[in-house]
Amino acid sequence: MIETARVKPEKIRCDACPVMCFIAEGKAGACDRYANHAGELVRLDPLTVIERGAPAVAFLDQGENAQDWDGDILQGKRTFVTAVGAGTTYPDYKPAPFIVSQEVDGADMVTVVTEGIYSYCGVKVKIDTDRFIGHERAVVRVKGEAIGHVMTSEYGSKMLSLGGVEHLTGSTKAEGRVTCDALMNLCNREAVTLQVDDGAEVVVQAGHAPIINDVREKLMRVGCGSAAIGMFAKQWEPHVDEVIVVDDHITGVLTEHEAGKQLDMRPSGIKIQGRRSTPGRYFQVAEPGTGWGGTDVEDPLTILKPADAKKAWAGLRLLMVSTTGEQWAYYELDEDLVPQPAEISETLRISADRIAENCEPSLCSVLFMGGAGGSLRAGVTENPVRLTRSVKDALTYVSCGGAEAYVWPGGGITVMVDVMEMPTNSFGYVPTPALVAPIEFTMRREDYDALGGHMEHIKDVSSVLTSEVRKVEPVATQPDPHQAQRNKREGRG
Amino acid sequence: MMQVQGALLSRGRLHLQHGPIDLVIGVDGARDIAFDGAETRLNTVLAELMNEIDLLRLCDGPAPKGAVARKMWEAAQAHEGFVTPMAGVAGAVAETVLDAMLHTADVKRAYVNNGGDIALHLSGDATFNVAMAGLGGAALGKITLDAQSKVRGIATSGQGGRSLSFGIAESVTVLAETASVADVAATLIAGAVDLSNHRSIRRVSAQDIREDADLGSREVVVSVGELNVQEIDRALQNGVQRARHMQSQGLIQAASLHLRGQSRQIELNSEKVLEHA
Repeated sequence: MIETARVKPEKIRCDACPVMCFIAEGKAGACDRYANHAGELVRLDPLTVIERGAPAVAFLDQGENAQDWDGDILQGKRTFVTAVGAGTTYPDYKPAPFIVSQEVDGADMVTVVTEGIYSYCGVKVKIDTDRFIGHERAVVRVKGEAIGHVMTSEYGSKMLSLGGVEHLTGSTKAEGRVTCDALMNLCNREAVTLQVDDGAEVVVQAGHAPIINDVREKLMRVGCGSAAIGMFAKQWEPHVDEVIVVDDHITGVLTEHEAGKQLDMRPSGIKIQGRRSTPGRYFQVAEPGTGWGGTDVEDPLTILKPADAKKAWAGLRLLMVSTTGEQWAYYELDEDLVPQPAEISETLRISADRIAENCEPSLCSVLFMGGAGGSLRAGVTENPVRLTRSVKDALTYVSCGGAEAYVWPGGGITVMVDVMEMPTNSFGYVPTPALVAPIEFTMRREDYDALGGHMEHIKDVSSVLTSEVRKVEPVATQPDPHQAQRNKREGRG
Repeated sequence: MMQVQGALLSRGRLHLQHGPIDLVIGVDGARDIAFDGAETRLNTVLAELMNEIDLLRLCDGPAPKGAVARKMWEAAQAHEGFVTPMAGVAGAVAETVLDAMLHTADVKRAYVNNGGDIALHLSGDATFNVAMAGLGGAALGKITLDAQSKVRGIATSGQGGRSLSFGIAESVTVLAETASVADVAATLIAGAVDLSNHRSIRRVSAQDIREDADLGSREVVVSVGELNVQEIDRALQNGVQRARHMQSQGLIQAASLHLRGQSRQIELNSEKVLEHA
């Protein structure tokens, strides 16, 4: 064993109030409002509110983020206080930092606002691409540390599961730190470079196209090769004798495919590699890769077998195209029935373009997933299980930074939310390591009382709207949590 | 440096915050003038306390000079055994801000609630309703105070609070003549509700939790595991003994001790017992 000198981290002195606390790294001062973050005194993030009814200005009255603000204090506009910047209380039995009430359309509503500390949390990433990024179950790494793994392939997308308690706290300190950092950055919509074991390097950023091995993905495929045949057969039929849509999943061959048969197309005799599934549909025509249609194909001719001399004919027009239409090649068979590159007709080229036209832009989606089923609930009520029941009974609406959270069935309160619907920089971390994420519980005042809520800690919404509050506009796709709660409650049962 | 932050709450209450101090203030009477007085007074309270903070962290130290510090020190001096003036800081701040309001405005009834430590003003036929709630949300009891009562201070201490505690009481509520006296008494009674060398009670040195604390290396309770009925009874009895001793000295008017569903009430000096809700 090598003795290593323990370096005690520096404490800093807070000068926010006369108490002048000495605050150790990762801790907050006596007021819970200022903290030592890596040796720097930080005001715990400003509380964020969503303002409805009129356009609002993004506002953060601090440092480099200082912005113009006309001093307009929410004139009669309805506000939803998010948990972003609310801080948290520790230990958990203390009431949540903000329990705010306001009258909404005649009903007295209470929103319990807290920032949860989640060591049981992670992100699910959906990457719209057909390119091979790694095999299912392959380890995903950042800076060499394992932070998750490749999950299933979905229709046109690859899924990753990152984080989780085993990476955060169940392994080495370095792994925990790197995982926490990566999760926070992904949730805050920043770009993170991931390496997949025996796979690709992928740059993932929520709301942006993935970058796979230095190539930015553009389009999500319109469907598998067989689906593409089905969709475009009629447009191709007058202009071409055979079309092969190259796909790592199912490669389609037009004249052999049901769609071609129904158009009375003459069998072309073009034969391809791979395992035939049903007529005109082939599995495994090549290895997975970052070439055509998610295969390793760079030259499409490599998947062709010699044509059937009994069926094929000289001059046969052959179009080969990928599932996104981004790659295509046009050939005509020579006298020996060997495909030779040829000039594509204008109409046929347009049909290839149409595939691309029908593809949606490729994106990375990042869904935060965490369990609020633990002690966090005690900040909401003195009888935690009642909160769980209230959520399951649809009396309580759960949102994260104002965005609707999907609550998983079963026990506890396990939520999933799209980080793109949340205010920017909604996430933080604590050195545990664990992620800090906002969560709000909205319900009627009488329901809050019934579940044993901290009624004496309820504040009027106007009291939290200080000049330090950061105001954001509602996200167009997200319901007003107050209204959503009401719809849910009334529609239940 | 941040100044005092003020915000109006529903039902005409004022919330004042400065550093770790959060006050909720209610006034019947000349409210606006009273609120101004409260805010002005609170402005300098923290600085005054920090001037003499070293003295305030001493047990049996010399008397401090500041008015708030003096209230804390006097409330602590009345007791034997280890106690520092910091045990009464919340009550003393509440009391000081209440006094300032009474000096500036004509007020019939007022209260300053400093995180559960409450300073009261009652005159004429004004009354004040106090309800105690346990950590589990259950109503533990209530009492109505009127101007004839000597009680002007109410304080609650225990494991549910923000401060460190030597004992295992979930909560101890004390009624006394002033908030600072009630605060110190509640702290000490809650600390006396305890069982020595019990395996279910986990303690750590106070300075491991909060380095600036006045409790030094003394052990404070961080968690309490299972206790049987006899043990709960014994722990409460230890607290009751301490409270009765304070009774004999005329320091407190009434006390209510709570632990794991059991309660003990101490009715003193003809003050009505807290009736069970």
